[in-house]
Amino acid sequence: MKIPSLRIYTIAYLVFLYTPIVILPIFAFNNATVIAFPLRGFTTEWFVAVWNDAELHGALINSLIVAGSTSVLSTAFGVFAARASTRYSFPGKGPLMGLIMLPMVLPEMIMAMALLVVLLSLGVKLSLFTVILGHVLVCTPFSVAILTSAFQSLDKSLEEAAYDLGEGPVSTFRLVILPLVLPGIISSMLITFTISLDEFIISNFLKSGEELLSTYIYSKLRFPKYVPNIMALGTILVVISITLLALAEFFRRRGLAKTGAKDSGGFV
Amino acid sequence: MSEKPTMPKQTMIEFKDVHKYYGDYHALRGITATIRAGEFFSLLGPSGCGKTTLLRTIAGFEGISKGVVLIDGKDVADVPANRRPTNMVFQSYAIFPHLTVAENVGFGLRKDPRSAADKAKAVEDSLAMVGLAGYGKRAAHALSGGQRQRVALARALILKPKVLLLDEPLSALDKKLRENMQVELIKLQRQVGITFILVTHDQEEALVMSDRIAVMFEGQIAQLADPETLYRLPKTRAVANFIGTMNFLPGKILSSAGGRVQVEAAGFGRFEMDEEGQVTGEPTATGATVGFRPETLTLLFEGQQATDRECMATVEEVVYYGDMTYYDVRLDGAPEASRLSMRNVFGRPVLDIGTRTRVGWSPGAMVMFR
Repeated sequence: MKIPSLRIYTIAYLVFLYTPIVILPIFAFNNATVIAFPLRGFTTEWFVAVWNDAELHGALINSLIVAGSTSVLSTAFGVFAARASTRYSFPGKGPLMGLIMLPMVLPEMIMAMALLVVLLSLGVKLSLFTVILGHVLVCTPFSVAILTSAFQSLDKSLEEAAYDLGEGPVSTFRLVILPLVLPGIISSMLITFTISLDEFIISNFLKSGEELLSTYIYSKLRFPKYVPNIMALGTILVVISITLLALAEFFRRRGLAKTGAKDSGGFV
Repeated sequence: MSEKPTMPKQTMIEFKDVHKYYGDYHALRGITATIRAGEFFSLLGPSGCGKTTLLRTIAGFEGISKGVVLIDGKDVADVPANRRPTNMVFQSYAIFPHLTVAENVGFGLRKDPRSAADKAKAVEDSLAMVGLAGYGKRAAHALSGGQRQRVALARALILKPKVLLLDEPLSALDKKLRENMQVELIKLQRQVGITFILVTHDQEEALVMSDRIAVMFEGQIAQLADPETLYRLPKTRAVANFIGTMNFLPGKILSSAGGRVQVEAAGFGRFEMDEEGQVTGEPTATGATVGFRPETLTLLFEGQQATDRECMATVEEVVYYGDMTYYDVRLDGAPEASRLSMRNVFGRPVLDIGTRTRVGWSPGAMVMFR
């Protein structure tokens, strides 16, 4: 008999990957402070505790400010880079695009340290602003990747047709290009928002006193009595992340359908 | 042919020694030509011959490196695409996928001072003209290829341009639809009276639709003439080969007097030609050549008399097409086989390879390339 080794491997892989995430909601609703089986009983008290945690509220607001600014800024940069790389050819385009995409693969640790050293030597005070700078750096490559695919599926003759029918470059961008890449822009904003929301290393290095969601979670994990709260918070974050990514994929696919382009694979 | 009783003769577009370089690549090599107002003009040539580039210099999407382009007597060097009196139907149709059919057609009317109701009326009229009345509310991305083509036409014609540019508009359609659209385009052009300039690589399409055709090779116009002249008296062997099929056999001009030339050609022997109407081209190193179309030779069956001259030949290849049969026959004394086409008639056999046969021909149907 043939052993379905590939199937076994796939199942083992998925179990290994997702067990920790499944554990999260299980213990978030478990009626015990110790994270261990057997489960004792169902409770929502940890969610109530999270809801009433004032310190967490502050961290959440900071994180939302950072993630919101990051998604807007990196998507704006992404639009410029994607437009330039898909429409124009200029000397050094290849290396330049490579440099823009590099932060995607560079160790975040290295970038965080390098940024910290540079910012401190420039005399910039650490704040939420410096965290945003760091996040924009790591999020822009994702924006560029998403938006490049959106701009690439734009037929160049659509732009020419708009010129031909009497529009200038600005109105052509507004009336033709923007509506067609808008799903890509929304998708980019959602994905960079998600990345920024749970980014830890750069946040930890570049923040000043105020906590962000990720650094707050890390600081609380040391105290056993907070662990169930963190489980509850983690559950909420997982749900939010999945929702945002699903939304992003929805918009990306809708954009492809709108322009009649073939799906060439996305992030999700 | 679409001869019009009162064809206006004013010049609409004039190219004066137009050159275009892409880096080192010389895409247009000295185009000088005139396109008349109200005519259906085609730019015909193989891919890479510069025909699309030339069309785009009219639209304003390509600048030129040297020379002058005049539209309606005006040098358009400094006029950007969005202010030229031309509109284009793109090869991909370039229908805006996020808009409805009516929004597409009315796109160019945005700055039009007319009222919204008048514009809506104009859009509906324009759609009716291309046979899409009532399609206004449909989503553009849900249209078929043929419908997109019509929307593109309506969108361009609603602006009443002086010149309509068509960049291989039929190449994406299947054969039946293409043939229908060819006829519709001719009718439409007669109806609106606008100068149409068509780019195509399909010689048949150009012959069917055009008042005049410019055949282009390698960035130059090889011949500019009406379809009949192009077919009957091509200037070069390259043009002759691009427009339909032409046979070539080595020949010689023996003497010339009073507008008549005495010639001799392999397989045909000696005969006389009209110098103006049958002798063409410039002398080449390879020597003179006699050219003739497949339909100008006829196989003569038992008891049939040649209407003009006849000679003997051997059938070397037979290609049966249903309504037609193509024979490759080698005329006695000719160095190679020539293609001959015969309409198949009921009761008449298709000859076998190797058959000896009589072939009828006429000196008046020959062309001599100097």
